[in-house]
Amino acid sequence: MTMQTDRGTPLVELRDIRVAFGGVHAVDGVTVDLFRGEVVGLVGGNGAGKTTLIRTLSGAHPADSGEILIEGEPVTITSPRDAKALGVETIYQTLALADNIDAPGNVFLGRELTTRFGNLNDGAMEDATRKLMGRLNPKFQNFVVPVNSLSGGQRQSVAIARAVHFNARILIMDEPTAALGPAETKQVTDLIKQLREEGLGIFLISHDIHDVFDLSDRISVMLQGKLVGTVNKADVTTDEVLAMIILGKLPGEVTQKDLAELH
Amino acid sequence: MTDTDVSAAEPAQDAAATEPVEHKPRSFRAALRSAEFDARLAGMLIALAIIWVGFNFMSGGTFLTSRNLWNLSVQTSVVAIMATGMVLIIVTRNIDLSVGASMAVVGMAMAVVQHDWLPEWIGFDHPLTWVICVVLGLALGAAIGAFQGAIVAYVGVPSFIVTLGGFLVWRGLAWWVASGQTIAPMDSNFRLLGGGAEGTIGGTWSWILGVLACVGIVVLQFTKRRQRARYGFGLRPMWAEIALGVVSCGAVLGAIAFLNRYYLPPALAEQRGQAGQNISLGLAYPVLIAIAVAVLMTFLATRRRFGRYVYSIGGNPEAAELAGIKTKRTIVRTFTLMGLLVGLAAAVQIARLNAAVSSLGTGMELNVIAAAVIGGTSFTGGIGTIAGAVLGALVMQSLVSGMVLMGIEAPIQDIVVGIVLVLAVTLDTILRRRTDSS
Repeated sequence: MTMQTDRGTPLVELRDIRVAFGGVHAVDGVTVDLFRGEVVGLVGGNGAGKTTLIRTLSGAHPADSGEILIEGEPVTITSPRDAKALGVETIYQTLALADNIDAPGNVFLGRELTTRFGNLNDGAMEDATRKLMGRLNPKFQNFVVPVNSLSGGQRQSVAIARAVHFNARILIMDEPTAALGPAETKQVTDLIKQLREEGLGIFLISHDIHDVFDLSDRISVMLQGKLVGTVNKADVTTDEVLAMIILGKLPGEVTQKDLAELH
Repeated sequence: MTDTDVSAAEPAQDAAATEPVEHKPRSFRAALRSAEFDARLAGMLIALAIIWVGFNFMSGGTFLTSRNLWNLSVQTSVVAIMATGMVLIIVTRNIDLSVGASMAVVGMAMAVVQHDWLPEWIGFDHPLTWVICVVLGLALGAAIGAFQGAIVAYVGVPSFIVTLGGFLVWRGLAWWVASGQTIAPMDSNFRLLGGGAEGTIGGTWSWILGVLACVGIVVLQFTKRRQRARYGFGLRPMWAEIALGVVSCGAVLGAIAFLNRYYLPPALAEQRGQAGQNISLGLAYPVLIAIAVAVLMTFLATRRRFGRYVYSIGGNPEAAELAGIKTKRTIVRTFTLMGLLVGLAAAVQIARLNAAVSSLGTGMELNVIAAAVIGGTSFTGGIGTIAGAVLGALVMQSLVSGMVLMGIEAPIQDIVVGIVLVLAVTLDTILRRRTDSS
C-alpha cells in the first residue's frame, strides 16, 4: 500500500519493482515514491531488500521487472551513467571511492574536467573541490593525497561532495552515518536538511530507525523483499515503525502486547 | 546547488584575490614533502647508482664507460618499451603473459613481409619497406592485444588464463609462419630501428635533442607552477623548483655528454672517409623510440581520462563501474596498447638481430613483468608508474650486463636477478606498509 498524496506528480516513482537472484526474490513487487523537497526513510532489517531496490534506481543493478518514473515520465536506467544523466546521485554504503586517487580525482571520477585539448584539468578540479569542501566540511584540507590515507569522515565528505556537485535532483544515501562519529553525523544531518530546503528528493536508507526517524518526512518499511507500508512520520512513533520492521505489522494492526515484546 | 560551470579552465574569481603561498617547511622531511619529492623514484635511482658504481669497481672500471652504457641503453630499450604497457595492465589487476610469444609472431610476420613479399611487389630495398612493415607490425600487435583483452573484459576469463593460452598459441603460430626457418637479413632501412653503428642520430643531433628536452622540462615546470598560482594553491618553494630544474636538465645533458664519447670504431670511420676522427655515435634509434614511448605513455597515464580510468579500475573496480566508467572498454584498450607496444618492440628486436626466428622473445614476458614490478608496480592494483618501469628495466639490464662483464655464468645471473626481484618487492612492501600506517 502507498500513501495517498495530493502533491501532484512525484519526483520519482518506483512501481512494482522485482529483482531476483537465482530463486531468491530480493525485491518482490515494491512500489515507493518520493517528492521534491522530501526525505523518505527506507528502513528494514538486514536482507530486507532496501539496497537492492535502490540499486535499480542508481543503475548499479537493473530491475527484472517494474517501472521507474521520474517526474511522471517512464525512464530506462540500465547503468550508473543513465542514472546520473537523469540527476540521480548515490552515496553508497561502501562509499565507492577509488582509494589510490586523490579527493578531486574521486569527486570528478567519470566526469573529469578537461582542457580544450582533452587533457585532465587537475587545477580546475582541485579548485572546484576546494570550494565544495569549504561548504561541506571546512576542516577538509587533504586535496593531493590518495583518499585511502583519509579518515572515515573525510572519505564520507568526498563521497558526498561527488554526489552533490553535479546538480542532483534525487539523492540516494545508503547508511550515510553508519561509520561516523557524533560531530560528523551532525554535519551530515545538517547537510541533508539543507539539501531538502533546496528542493532535492532524498532516499535515506538505514537498518536502524533511530538514524533516520528525525530526518524523514515519510518512512517506507521493507521486510523480506516486500514493502510493509509507507507512513507519514508525523503520524507514527518509533515503536510503531519498529513493529513494521520486525513484525511486518502496520500501526493499525499492531497490539500493545506486540509493542511490549519489542523491548 | 553548486555552480557546475567550472567545466572550462576558468580560474576562480576569489582565487585571484588570495596570494599564492609557498609552503613553509618546518623540518627536513616536511621540506621534502613540500618539494613533492618522489621517494620511491629517488630510491630506485640510488639503487641504480649503487649497482653501477659497484659493478664499475668489481669489473675494474669497464662498467662506467661510454661504450658500455651506450650498449646498455640499446639493450634496455626493447624491455622498456613493453614494460610501459605492462604497467597499465598490472595496474588494472591483470597480467599479460603472452608478450614474448606475440612478439615472435609479429616479428616473423614483419620479417616475411619485408623479406619475401615486398621485394616482389615494390622492389628490393624500397624506401617504404620499413614503413609498411612497422605499420603492419603495430596493427597485428594491436589486433592480438585487442582480441585477448576482449576475452578478458567481455567474457570474463581471467587474464592469466587468456594470455597463458596466448603464450602457447602465438609461439606456435610464430613457428608456423615460416615453418621454423630463420628469416634474414632484414631490409637495410628497417635495420636502422635496431641501432648499431648506422642506426644512431650522431653527436650533434643528440645535443640538439638534449637541449630541446631541457627546454621541455623547464616549460613544463613553469606551466604547472603558473597554473597552481592561478588557482591560489600552495606552491613548491622556489629553491626546490630551481633545484629540480637544474638537476633534471643536468642529468639529461650529462647523459648526452657521456654517451657522445662513444665513437665510431676507427675501421668504420675510415670507410666513411673520416679516418682518425672521433665521430660520436649519439643516441641510438631504439633508445629514442623507448624514450618517446615512455614520455607518451606517461602523458596517457597521468594527463588523460584513459589513464585516470585505468588507475581507478585498479584502485576499486566496483567504484569505477559505479562512477559510470566504461571499465570493460578501458581494459580492452590497455591490452590493445600493450599489443601495439609489442609490435614496436618486435620491430626493434628483429632489426637489432637482423633476423627473425620463431623463438624470438622467449622468456621476454618475464623480463617485462619483472621490470614493471621492480619499478614499483603493485599486483594488488592501482599503483605503478611508467618512469618506474623504465628504471626497473634499466636496473635489470644493468645487473645482467654487469655480470656479463665480470664473466659470471648465465645460471648465476638468473639467480641474482631472481633474488633482486623478490628483494625489491619485499622492500617496497615493507616501506609501503610503514608509510600507510604513519
